[in-house]
Amino acid sequence: METAIEGKAFAPSSGEAPLLSIEDLQVSFYTYAGEVHAVRGVSYSVKKGSSLAVVGESGCGKTVTVQSVMRLIPTPPGRIKGGRIIFKGKDILALSEKEMQSVRGKEIGMIFQDPMTGLNPTMNVGSQIVEAIVKHQRVDKATAWEKAVKMLEMVEIPNPKVRALQYPHQYSGGMRQRAMIAMALACEPDLLIADEPTTSLDVTIQSQILDLLLELQERLGMTIIIITHNLGVVARLANEIVVMYAGKVVEQGTSSQIFYRPLHPYTHALLRSVPRLDRKTRTALASIPGTPPDLFVPPKGCAFAPRCPRAMKVCLEADAFPMELEKEHQVSCWLYHESNPRAAMELEKGGVAIER
Amino acid sequence: MGRYILKRFVFMLVSMWVIVTACFILMNAVPGSPFTTAKMTPLVRKQLEQKYGLDKPLWQQYVTLLKNLLRGDLGISIRERGRSVNGIIASRFPVSLVLGTEALAFAVTTGLALGVIASLYRGKTLDYIAIIIAILGVSVPNFVVASVLQYVLGAKLKLLPIARWESPAHHILPAFALGLTTLATMARMMRSSMLEVINQDYVRTAKAKGLTPTQITWRHCIRNAILPVVTILGPLIAGITTGTLVVERMFGIPGLGRYFVDSIYNRDYPLIMGTTVFYSAILLLMTFLVDVAYGFIDPRIRLAKGRAD
Repeated sequence: METAIEGKAFAPSSGEAPLLSIEDLQVSFYTYAGEVHAVRGVSYSVKKGSSLAVVGESGCGKTVTVQSVMRLIPTPPGRIKGGRIIFKGKDILALSEKEMQSVRGKEIGMIFQDPMTGLNPTMNVGSQIVEAIVKHQRVDKATAWEKAVKMLEMVEIPNPKVRALQYPHQYSGGMRQRAMIAMALACEPDLLIADEPTTSLDVTIQSQILDLLLELQERLGMTIIIITHNLGVVARLANEIVVMYAGKVVEQGTSSQIFYRPLHPYTHALLRSVPRLDRKTRTALASIPGTPPDLFVPPKGCAFAPRCPRAMKVCLEADAFPMELEKEHQVSCWLYHESNPRAAMELEKGGVAIER
Repeated sequence: MGRYILKRFVFMLVSMWVIVTACFILMNAVPGSPFTTAKMTPLVRKQLEQKYGLDKPLWQQYVTLLKNLLRGDLGISIRERGRSVNGIIASRFPVSLVLGTEALAFAVTTGLALGVIASLYRGKTLDYIAIIIAILGVSVPNFVVASVLQYVLGAKLKLLPIARWESPAHHILPAFALGLTTLATMARMMRSSMLEVINQDYVRTAKAKGLTPTQITWRHCIRNAILPVVTILGPLIAGITTGTLVVERMFGIPGLGRYFVDSIYNRDYPLIMGTTVFYSAILLLMTFLVDVAYGFIDPRIRLAKGRAD
């Protein structure tokens, strides 16, 4: 019974090979206090042209996973212990450092959380973009500079010719993030990884940056992985969602599946804790009681069980594996396992659907 | 930028005035006069004091001093009969300058390189070697280094001349002895500065662009890491300048350092004042140049100061 479900879980959902697929990735950090199991067997994939959001609370391994894709994990203390990352048919983890240099920036671009510190303060913005262009394309400095100015124009920086000559401290936070986007896109990468691109910006700027990303994605047909713990961002930008908890993927599916038919109790709790304007009653904002588990000693059962309102005996004993319950919708929760006599019913009522 | 430089320059002049005044007060507060040791009749002494203007009230002496300084005249030495202080400095300083420059060039280049290497090989053998050199360099005073070098390389192994100032080979030991402390300080500062910069977000950004480690180190790490190190160059130059006093003595080098020390023993007022003013001027000028250089390296300082002022 189990094997049948397991076999189904890892089967590709569509015929087309994904642009990037992460398979059973395990990453640990070796600290003085011991080994931190930051990522414990994460698998997800993203198809060409789609936009995938990875959500989950701080420390759940979202960032570590994507930094592994870029091989930016500092080693030591970090170490990729196992798994494969297949990008355009090749295993990124098997590439040499030299080969990796031509993947970074050229095939995969990345923008980071904090644009205030992400740019070199002693180099003008134009040069920092030129640097990326010259590295990956056979062009002379003058052409590269023109291209850099064009990139700044594309990310809607006013007066790009003048601005290119300026230094990061002369840019506002939102402009810096725009410059970071320009830099990441300068070599037209196939995949853009945005690691919490709006977290450190104020709300109006957040929305501008999201609009920009959306527009660029449409215009350039880019594939995006966006990491965030802001579900508002997810709703606007992503057509697929991966929910992570304590170094594992607990649920993944299309945007509408996750928002309208969330199956995992954690996803449900996460959605319930989003502040909403359409609630009539003045109720306190829902939160998830408890704290995420200690990743020095990961629990043997489901990591969410201690905080889960629907936890069963089995949840503390063994961790659930991903089960594909609908097309492209996978969830790792014992509630939906066939050995649960109520499994069909749970699925029928849409698991723990968002309440209105 | 212009305003910033101007402000620094005015600051330098004010500092100079403070130094001159403090030196004048201290010099006159020390008991005795240039003629205390010499045997002479009261009449002769009085005539001599008249000749050098020491019989006038202190405030008059001070005013005369400032007037002369403004004209660039440092007066006439009392001990070195009839020689002007300007002349002494002009003939002796070039030797000190050559020695200091050599020591500084050696210390800065080697120190920075050592610091960078140590940070790139953090926790490995090369790092430990660099740390040991740095600790030795900082904790062992240069006269000890000088005598050990003279004994081992000069007297025992006969590889290099022990003392005197003749062929280029004569420059190696004193320059090394003089520069070692600075080298060590440089290496230590550069190492910690680099380690800080290596963990900065913009270095990760640079890596995510696909740059090679060499490009990242040169364009992103060193350029930022060198900033705090440049600021301590001023005081380090001070260390080298004062260091020449001892090192010149030990290696029998005919530089200005000897006069600086002797003038104090002899209470040779014009020579004390002259050498002090001269050394201070060099130091202030160095600090000034470092400030300006810092403004050029770090655009934030250059522009922010220019606008804010």
